Amino acid sequence: MKRFIIRRLGYSLVSLFLLSLTIFFFVRVTGDPAVLLVEPGASQADLDAMRHQFGLDRSLLVQYWDFITHLVRGDFGQSFYYRTPVFDLYLSRLPNSLLLAVAAMAFSLLIGIPTGIIAAVKVNRWWDSAGKVFALLGLSLPSFWIGLVMILFFSVYLGWLPSSGSGTPLHIIMPAFALGWYFAAAHMRLTRSSMLDVLGSEYVKLARLKGLPEALVITKHAFKNALIPVLTLAGINLVIMVNVAVVVETVFAWPGVGRLLYEGIQFRDFPVVQATVILGGAMIVVVNLLVDVLYAVIDPRIRYER
Amino acid sequence: MNGSRTATLTTSWRVPSLRIGDFPIIPTAILVGIALLAIFAEVIAPYNPEVGVLGDRFRPPFWQAGGSDAHLLGTDHLGRDVLSRLIFGARVSMVVGFTAVIVAGILGTVLGILSGYMGSWVDQVIMRVTDAWLAIPALTYAIFLAAVVGPSEMNIVLILALVYWTRYARVIRGEVLSLKERDFVRLAIVAGCSKRTIMRKHILPNVLNSAIVLGTLMLGVVIVTEAALSFLGVGVPPPKPAWGSMLADGKKGMMAGYWWLTVLPGCCIMLMVLSANLLGDWLRVKLDPQLRQL
Repeated sequence: MKRFIIRRLGYSLVSLFLLSLTIFFFVRVTGDPAVLLVEPGASQADLDAMRHQFGLDRSLLVQYWDFITHLVRGDFGQSFYYRTPVFDLYLSRLPNSLLLAVAAMAFSLLIGIPTGIIAAVKVNRWWDSAGKVFALLGLSLPSFWIGLVMILFFSVYLGWLPSSGSGTPLHIIMPAFALGWYFAAAHMRLTRSSMLDVLGSEYVKLARLKGLPEALVITKHAFKNALIPVLTLAGINLVIMVNVAVVVETVFAWPGVGRLLYEGIQFRDFPVVQATVILGGAMIVVVNLLVDVLYAVIDPRIRYER
Repeated sequence: MNGSRTATLTTSWRVPSLRIGDFPIIPTAILVGIALLAIFAEVIAPYNPEVGVLGDRFRPPFWQAGGSDAHLLGTDHLGRDVLSRLIFGARVSMVVGFTAVIVAGILGTVLGILSGYMGSWVDQVIMRVTDAWLAIPALTYAIFLAAVVGPSEMNIVLILALVYWTRYARVIRGEVLSLKERDFVRLAIVAGCSKRTIMRKHILPNVLNSAIVLGTLMLGVVIVTEAALSFLGVGVPPPKPAWGSMLADGKKGMMAGYWWLTVLPGCCIMLMVLSANLLGDWLRVKLDPQLRQL
C-alpha cells in the first residue's frame, strides 16, 4: 500500500513538473515574456526594467527554478488589471465556480441516473432510444451554444430568466443546465452500462430466483452496486467542470475562475491567465491522485497491478 | 473528456438508427456536403464573406418580415451575408478539424508504436509523458497556448494537435503490445527484419484502422474546441469567418432578438459534430472490434 501511494505520488509530481515545464517553455520560446508581462503600451525602457526585475536576462535554468519556487509558495504575481495578487483573486472566484459546478452536477445526476437506469431496465425499447438521442446530443452540442440558445429563448423571448450575472437562484438555472448536459449524458451512459453489468450478475439472478419482486431487485440489489462507478466519476467530473466552465461562464458572465481566465485573455493580463491554467491543472492532478489512492484502499487488486 | 478513466464512458451503444441498411448515409451525406461547400465556397457563396454593406445591417432571413432574397439567411452586425459566412466557415472548420486530427494522429500513432514496440525505457518515458499530458485539462490548456502564441489558423491546428495526440498514443500502444506477440511479427524478426522495418511494414498497417476510427471520433471534439477558442477570441482571427467567432459576434445582437446570428452557426457546428460522431461510432463497430469498448 505504502509503495503504491509513493509510486502514484511520483506520477503526480511528474505531471505537475511537465505542466509547469511546458507552460514555462511556451511562454519563453514563443515570444518575449517581457512583452506579456508589461502592460500594453509600455515603452522600451519599461521593457528593459521589467526584464531585469523578473530576471529574464538570466539563464533559463535559473529562471525555471525561480518560477517553480514562486509557484510552490503560492506566489503567482500581481494582476495588471485588478492590482491584487493573482492567487487571492483566484480564491475569491473559486466559490462561485464550485457553486456552479455543484448545481450542474446535481442536475446531471438527477437526469443522468434515473434515465440511465430506465434505459438499462428497458433495453432497446422506446425509452432507451430516447435516452440515446439525449446522450448523443449532449455529447455533440457545444455547451456554450446551448447556453446562447437558452438565453435567446428564456431571457429574450419569454423574459423568464436573467440572461447573465449571479446572485439569485434564478441566475444559476441556465448555466447549470448548459454546463450539465454533457455530463448528464456521460453519467447516463455510465449508469446504463453499469446497471446492465450488475443486472447480468449472479446475485441479481439469485434475488430473482428467490422470487423478489422485480422493482425490489432493481432498487435494492442492482442500483446500489451500479451506483459506485457513477459516483466516482461524478467526483472527478466536479473538478473537471470547474475547469471546462470557461466558455459557459463567459456566456452567462458568471463570476467564476473560468470568467477570470477569459478576462485575463481580454485584458492581456498574463499573470492571471498563467495562474488559472496552472491551478486548474494542479487541481485535476490532485483529484486524480486522491481517487486512485481511494480506489486502492477499497480494492486491493489495484495495488498489485504493475 | 479528460483522462483514461473517462474513456470508459463511451461504452458501446449500438449505432442509432439514423441509417438505411447498415451504413450511416445521412451523417456521411452531411459531412460530404459540408466538405463540398468548403471546397467550392467561392463558387457557391453569393457574397464576399469578409465585406459587408453597413446599410444592410441585421437583415433577417428571407422568410421573416424585412428579409429579402438578396440575403437568404440575413446579414450580421457589419452587414455581411450570413449564408456566405457560413459557407466559408465550413472551410475553416474542415481545414482546421481535419488537419488537426491528422497531425495529432501522426504524432500519437508514431509515439504509440514506438512506445509499444520498443518497450523498456522508451515505453516508460513516452507513457509517463502521455499520462501527465492527459491530466492537464485540454480546453484550458488550449486556451492558454492560444493566448500565448497568438491567434492564427496554423497555430490553432498545432495547438489542437498538441493537446489531443495523447488519445491516439494510448490506444495505439495497447494494440501494438498485442500485435508484437503475433506470428507474423515473430517471423519477420526471424527473417532478419530490422525494428524499423517491422514497425513500418508490419505494425503500422495493422494499427491504421484504429487510428482512423479514433480520428473520426476526435473530429467532433476538435471542431467543438476550435469553435470554443474562436468564440473566446483566441481562435481563428477575424475577419475570417469561423463558426465559433460568428457565435461571438451573434451574442452582441442577441438581446435585440437577432436570433439567426446565434442559432445558424451553432446548427452548423451541431450538424458537423453529430455526423462525425455517428460515422465514428459506426466505423468503430465495423472496422475494429477491439475498440468497441473504447
